[in-house]
Amino acid sequence: MGIKAEHPLHGRRKRSNLWLGAVLGGFVALVFAITIAKMMNGQSMEGFDHTVRYSIDPDLKPKAEASE
Amino acid sequence: MSDATLNDFGNDSQFEDYFALLKPRVMSLVVFTAAVGLLVAPVGVNPVIGFASILFIALGAGASGALNMWWDADIDAIMSRTVKRPVPNGRVTPKNAMITGLWLSVIAVGMLALTANLFAAALLAFTIFFYAVIYTMWLKRWTPQNIVIGGAAGAFPPMVGWAVATGGVSVESVAMFLLIFMWTPPHFWALSLFMNDDYTKAGVPMLTVTHGTRVTRNNILGYTVLLFVLAIGTAFTSIGGPIYLTTAVVLNVMFLIGAFKLWKREDADADGDAYAAERKFFRLSLVYLFAHFAALLGDAVLRAFDLLAAWPVVI
Repeated sequence: MGIKAEHPLHGRRKRSNLWLGAVLGGFVALVFAITIAKMMNGQSMEGFDHTVRYSIDPDLKPKAEASE
Repeated sequence: MSDATLNDFGNDSQFEDYFALLKPRVMSLVVFTAAVGLLVAPVGVNPVIGFASILFIALGAGASGALNMWWDADIDAIMSRTVKRPVPNGRVTPKNAMITGLWLSVIAVGMLALTANLFAAALLAFTIFFYAVIYTMWLKRWTPQNIVIGGAAGAFPPMVGWAVATGGVSVESVAMFLLIFMWTPPHFWALSLFMNDDYTKAGVPMLTVTHGTRVTRNNILGYTVLLFVLAIGTAFTSIGGPIYLTTAVVLNVMFLIGAFKLWKREDADADGDAYAAERKFFRLSLVYLFAHFAALLGDAVLRAFDLLAAWPVVI
């Protein structure tokens, strides 16, 4: 035996939840679009991970070559 | 057989109640002026970045509105103009309005920093702070100059739009700021002339309440004269042009004539025709701002096609 939604409150909450879901989905899509736009504009997407990255910090390159 | 309910959910908050909390009509003006500020800037912006930036600026403006509705719930409940807002109407609790405002502020500023640049985000953060704290919590209930100084909050959006494109401020962005800043007092004082009872009941020190309608009418005229000079002067900056100059001349002459009519009237005249001239002036003020910024956009289009090379840029 299932419980059926009888109170108008259930309908109002469902509508509110659908709108909220749409807003959140739209936000995810927007962040994705911004990411693609920034990558296509040539913006660097590399992050720091405790290794030497000459593309992020070009000043390191001469020091590394000198030490070899 | 009806259910016996323990709780009354008649006032359960809906999504549209939270949307109303953001003052959508004010948001639409912010969106428009911020978009113009971005589009007239000499630096191009990727359409996706531009769209997202304007959206986050609008979200920031909405956050300010929510915080204002939280703080002013007591006086909103007294004024007929604002009694149907979500908080005084019981549809959204004051605590939820505050939480919504704070979180939307964080999201708007954070996302603008990631989408555009730190300067634009900092300017948006300052705008929200200025409106919520300086105007709403401090000036509004303290001084009759509340909307003169507080009007700066509404004047920042085109500067934020410009900052999204250029990363800074300039004479042109300050000119757009000043246009809205000087327009705000005549706009709101005209409103307060025919909504005076509301402000009196709520104890808000609008100029009409503290100094009377004669002083208010004098100040409307004074600010309109200053606005006239500023608005025409903007035509001779690098964002001005023939479309803007024509629009500015026509509308500022109309605005000045309207302000002069208000100045000549006494309260007896206004009571006699249900404040017809004041309401007409207020409606004109709405068209005024929209038309000026639309004209700036028109000249930006001409400039994009190299049709304004001969336009004199003096300022």
